Amino acid sequence: MSPSLLGIAERVVGWARDGFDVEAFVAHERETEVRAYEGEVESLTAASSSGIGVRVVRDGRQGFAYAAALDDDTLRETFDEALDNSGFGSFDEYAGVAEPDGVEPEPLDLYRTELADFPTDDKVALALELERVTLAADARVTGVESAEYADSVYEAAVATSRGVAATSRETGCYLAAYSLASEGDDTQTGFGFSVGRHPGELSIETAGADAADRATRLLGASKAPTRRLTVVLDPYVTARLLGIVGATLSGEAVLKGRSLFADRMNETVGASSLTLVDDATDPEAFTASAIDAEGLATRRIPLISDGVLQAFLYDTYNARRAGVSSTGSAVRGGFKGSPGVGAHALRLTPGSRGQDEILADVDDGLLVQGVTGLHSGVNPVSGDFSVGAEGLRIRGGEKAEPIREVTIASTIQRLLMDVTEVGSDLEWLPMSAAGVTLAIADVTMSGT
Amino acid sequence: MLEADLVNRTLAVAMRTGADFAEIFAEDRRSSSAILDDGRVEEVVSGRDRGAGIRVVVGETTGFAHTADLSETGLAAAAGAAAAAARQSGGARRVVEVSSLEVPRPLTVRVPPEDVPKSTKVALLTAADAAARSTGPAITQVSARYGDGRRRILVADSDGLFTSDDQVRTLFSVSCVASGDTGMQTGRESAGRTAGFELFDLYDVEEMARRAARRALTKLTARPAPSGEMPVVVGPGGGGVLFHEACGHGLEADLVAKSASAFAGRIGERVAAPMVTLVDDGTMAGEWGHYGIDDEGKPAARNVLISDGVLTDYMWDRLRARKEGRASSGNGRRQSYQHLPMVRMTNTYIENGDADPDDIVADTPHGVYVAQLGGGQVNTATGDFVFGMTEAYLIENGEITAPIREGNLIGNGPEVLTRIDALGNDFAMGSPGTCGKDGQGVPVGDGTPTLRVTALTVGGTAA
Repeated sequence: MSPSLLGIAERVVGWARDGFDVEAFVAHERETEVRAYEGEVESLTAASSSGIGVRVVRDGRQGFAYAAALDDDTLRETFDEALDNSGFGSFDEYAGVAEPDGVEPEPLDLYRTELADFPTDDKVALALELERVTLAADARVTGVESAEYADSVYEAAVATSRGVAATSRETGCYLAAYSLASEGDDTQTGFGFSVGRHPGELSIETAGADAADRATRLLGASKAPTRRLTVVLDPYVTARLLGIVGATLSGEAVLKGRSLFADRMNETVGASSLTLVDDATDPEAFTASAIDAEGLATRRIPLISDGVLQAFLYDTYNARRAGVSSTGSAVRGGFKGSPGVGAHALRLTPGSRGQDEILADVDDGLLVQGVTGLHSGVNPVSGDFSVGAEGLRIRGGEKAEPIREVTIASTIQRLLMDVTEVGSDLEWLPMSAAGVTLAIADVTMSGT
Repeated sequence: MLEADLVNRTLAVAMRTGADFAEIFAEDRRSSSAILDDGRVEEVVSGRDRGAGIRVVVGETTGFAHTADLSETGLAAAAGAAAAAARQSGGARRVVEVSSLEVPRPLTVRVPPEDVPKSTKVALLTAADAAARSTGPAITQVSARYGDGRRRILVADSDGLFTSDDQVRTLFSVSCVASGDTGMQTGRESAGRTAGFELFDLYDVEEMARRAARRALTKLTARPAPSGEMPVVVGPGGGGVLFHEACGHGLEADLVAKSASAFAGRIGERVAAPMVTLVDDGTMAGEWGHYGIDDEGKPAARNVLISDGVLTDYMWDRLRARKEGRASSGNGRRQSYQHLPMVRMTNTYIENGDADPDDIVADTPHGVYVAQLGGGQVNTATGDFVFGMTEAYLIENGEITAPIREGNLIGNGPEVLTRIDALGNDFAMGSPGTCGKDGQGVPVGDGTPTLRVTALTVGGTAA
């Protein structure tokens, strides 16, 4: 399939006349999703979809168009629309598409025929078994709101009139369980998942046990009095925090005056234990990719080393504008958008101790297993950070009573400086950052 | 979009192996947008998305497939795939021939956006940029976005339904960054309606831009938000987000049926203060969550969910309603033909109370006044929810005083509903929102008068 996707992309690029720059991004995805509920298949979705996004830069003006089909008429119409749209953009001397930069993509093998060949009946069986295992994990698990298996076989190609011609293909799948635990009048919820490139890498036991454990350990949770304390973030919560930190390190945010860290290059922005890299070339990463959204090779980018800011992320446009080279950090939300800048696969360098050992040194703290409202209470421009939280109190180095309906608040700048320890328990999650236990001192917990 | 004959043949394929229900949802969506940032019109974008989703229900199992190929072959392939996916058990064989039926609906579009030159749309962006920057040099960055979309849908099913709708929405937003000694702050303003370009007869983009700029400038002097429980007054319009999270999601019948709602089994009970009447109304012409039919072909309806504090009903889609032997409430929605429908809100609002909003503030010795909210999230099973404050102030001795920095507030839905002790007479709809559920986003509206909650936890850092 890849050669034909690239063939389509190159054909559209070939319509460029002198003085135009054109980029065509073509993607095809085949997906299956199975949801189990009360021992039956609640829904089974089997679908394939494809589409194209065309970017035209003419006389320094950019236009974009997309369509969710690849027939000849649609391709031509999409190209014409992008061309027409370019007439309405402002002139920008740095506008343009990517050109080969001599960096060879890593030979990542992210495609597994085991997934492509995996029978639908076996997918159904995984979802049903996940529900059964989650329910059986603990007598207090009274329901499974959703137990699902989902997979994707994804292929993409990108070509530009400046000579980029790149393809990628990958498989991925996950199991996710959302459990309900009850005791008396109290109900709590928990989630668990397992990710892999093919179903053989999935663990029903892990997903089910995590979902049951997260819900049951919150049973009896109550609000707590407001105080400052140390928070210990579960790996999943850390991964979500890293996603926000990554956004503040975008070269676009820096150039447009929206980054907290714009003037801080080579300065200390975090605790000395903090080393953050963005590395899509790590095949272990769920979001690994050999090429970025503009078709350039991805690379390992040390962003923060021992607490010192080392780099920002750049795509072709923002790199030109900043007078630097692209870091292969172009991202796009599918074919329906032109590329922007973003992190692919963020990872903190793990420390030497596991979560239990870290907890043992915390006298007064909160183990945070879930956060809410990252989109509504965190401002990556001002740095204000305030999210809903639930988890377990830590007293004298021991896990203590469950806590819910509180917020934890600080600023992004302070959170990074106040990190006291990074755990050794690195794990990849279905998002663009790895999880690891993270201890942060002096955070305000708001409750009663 | 599709002829009745073709629809009948496709439904026959979907039902061939035996099914209780089959449905075709076809969609043709065209959208255009334009983005200004950093003083430049970065891009004008157009998009076309067209296809059909086919759903086949056998017993408890829904099989679903979608295709971008609306030819007879493409539709038959999808129908076959959906039927195969649903084949878990044997079902009855029932096909009712569809016949064309148009549901009359009020036309809300006076100026179709597709008839408006792109240059006119772009001019709105540059006008907003100039207006925001004219408020002073502390405004260091401005971005603005114009977007319109026309979504034509057709729904036909094995019960003989054959209906269609034409939904046009237009949206404008502007965001500003203000910089000062205390760092950077942001301000945002947005307007959107299920309507055409006449949106801009109601909204002056320059005035919107100045408001967004003032919001960012005001926050430069903001102090850290307080932390802990205190009375919270929410200004007109903004409180809709609070109800959307505090109880709206919990009243969606799919979550209720799975016991994943703190409001399950509470119909007929007093769940809120007696002054609270909560309505979900998809018929509010022109509002952001308005439509003619939902994505299962059911006409939009006005549904009273809480009446004078008593829970009267949940919101329903077709599948959940059928199980309960009742009618759908017209709340079956989906993001696109690539998604299965589920229960979703439309325009959710609290009816006016009778208090003077000034009196509500004057009557609050100490607390927080939230002038603009910024989205939220809820765990429907526990009822715990958060919502963000993007413009807020302290209330001291009955007066709105110093601005405070952004953050979330957290509360528990069933508790908060009973803690509402004042409702103003100044009802307003809030900003257009996109509600996310299970990975699908749909446009929703909300509204409230000024209201007070006696105790909510404010998630700041100050003592």
